[in-house]
Amino acid sequence: MIDRAQVLHVARLARLALSEEEVARMSRELSAVLGHIEKISELDLDGVPPTSHVVDAAGALRPDEPCASLPREAALAGAPEPLEQGFGVPSPGASG
Amino acid sequence: MSAGDDLAALTAARAIERIAAGDLSAAELFDVYRARAAADAEDLNAFTWVADGPPAELGADACASAPLAGLPLAVKDLFCTEGVPSQSGSRILEGYRPPYTATAVAKLADAGATLLGKTNQDEFAMGSSNENSAFGPVRNPWDRARVPGGSSGGSAAAVAAGLAPWALGTDTGGSIRQPAALCGIVGLKPTYGAVSRYGMIAFASSLDQAGPFTRDVTDAALLLRHMVGRDACDATSLAFPGEIELPRGVDLRGLRLGVPEELTADGIESGVRDAFAATLALAEQLGASVEPCSLPHAPHALSAYYLIAPAEASANLARFDGVRYGLRVESDDLLGMYTATRAAGFGAEVKRRIMLGTYALSSGYYDAYYGRAQQVRTKVAEDFRAAFERFDLLVTPTAPSVAFRLGEKVDDPLAMYLNDVCTVPMSLAGIPAISIPNGLSGGLPTGLQLCGPAFSENRLLAAAYVLEQALGFDGSPARRAAGGGKAA
Repeated sequence: MIDRAQVLHVARLARLALSEEEVARMSRELSAVLGHIEKISELDLDGVPPTSHVVDAAGALRPDEPCASLPREAALAGAPEPLEQGFGVPSPGASG
Repeated sequence: MSAGDDLAALTAARAIERIAAGDLSAAELFDVYRARAAADAEDLNAFTWVADGPPAELGADACASAPLAGLPLAVKDLFCTEGVPSQSGSRILEGYRPPYTATAVAKLADAGATLLGKTNQDEFAMGSSNENSAFGPVRNPWDRARVPGGSSGGSAAAVAAGLAPWALGTDTGGSIRQPAALCGIVGLKPTYGAVSRYGMIAFASSLDQAGPFTRDVTDAALLLRHMVGRDACDATSLAFPGEIELPRGVDLRGLRLGVPEELTADGIESGVRDAFAATLALAEQLGASVEPCSLPHAPHALSAYYLIAPAEASANLARFDGVRYGLRVESDDLLGMYTATRAAGFGAEVKRRIMLGTYALSSGYYDAYYGRAQQVRTKVAEDFRAAFERFDLLVTPTAPSVAFRLGEKVDDPLAMYLNDVCTVPMSLAGIPAISIPNGLSGGLPTGLQLCGPAFSENRLLAAAYVLEQALGFDGSPARRAAGGGKAA
């Protein structure tokens, strides 16, 4: 069971503002989904290595040589607040 | 029936033959599809953007002689296409026009494909019904009161309805195969790494793969041939061993088919099960051996998937914060801007999965959830490896039911997630799988899924082709419905 305090904690980690209605709904729905998922706790997985990725990407590094990349103007074209050749943001303020 | 409807009935391979032979112009064909897509003949809401007109180069001789002969291509919204809206079905990217094009789309353009439009999808590819799109649900061309499946629902509906000759989609846990099944067309999820993910707006990076939606198996091979290959921009992409071959063959002699008990018994509705059983009998008549097998951990694959995919999504979607692109909701301070932007820009399902993934990765829960899910993933992959020592391919229904009604499952996330039960295990194992039409149940398409070891695409396509020829599925009712509308 995911209670209200846990929902608010996770929402803060995820940088999500939730309405009161969403908090209640999230608690209910996440509890139901996790209730189903809990079944994997019954498996004996001692000593089983984890798989994070099916492709062994070792050796995928390329030589570190400078090459052309996206022009600055193109990278900034979709930004809500392009500012002095960078991305503008509000002050971190008290929350920073 | 107008001439335009006749042209829209051609498979892509047939249309390319006619263009190459000089008795059909690529520009004319593009106009036929553009008109149908723009009018969205039966109001399927399959497209989020349609090209204004054919590009000038479509009339050139070079275009007609290119492998794909200028044929129109519908592309799922989440592929970045330079200067063209690429929104991944989300408000948070509404109107976003990327400065570059995804590798898979660029490779197809190099082979002569022409961008027809961008297709509607579940937001950030999270969903099995296409009801999670910020741009409204897509309807199923076989029954407009029903869903097309998801998350690539717009691509599937567009191809089934004859609004595009073929389309690109992406599959993370079934998002190509399940909508292909529900719309009565062919959908293929390649081996993980076979197609570059560069320029795909990421959902779950260890699972996402691009693949084709087509009318038939030959078209799937033809489109996939020009998508695969190592890409320096995606370190997880791999060179495809050999070339994708156009399938031929008339029987399945010598082919060993395994039927995983765990994915074919409980929870499959009777009409789907009957069609599946009939096709197994047909496969035997065609010379295949068909025997039961076991994937002992497959019943746990769905649980592992719904931890791993949301966990990866919670990290991938951190980039949508009102700084570099897309929506920003102004606030006095930075944290307030982040949280308000994400609250306004993400839909309910995306928030749910970000929360689930963040929880599974959070301190104190990581080992019990994400860590265990990764161990289950190992076991699922081992099960497949063991099965492929005895069998060439495994076969299952693609989805446990035919297309369900719009709204039927939106308030029950768990019921929605269970749609993916037959498709998720292959995603976790990174192996290729194809869905082909497997006849109708109650007038609605059912799907047959074949899967094989990594890089067995040619074997999959060859078997799927033989079954397709023997089944003789008729997809034209879905196209006629579209042709009867405004575009005719």
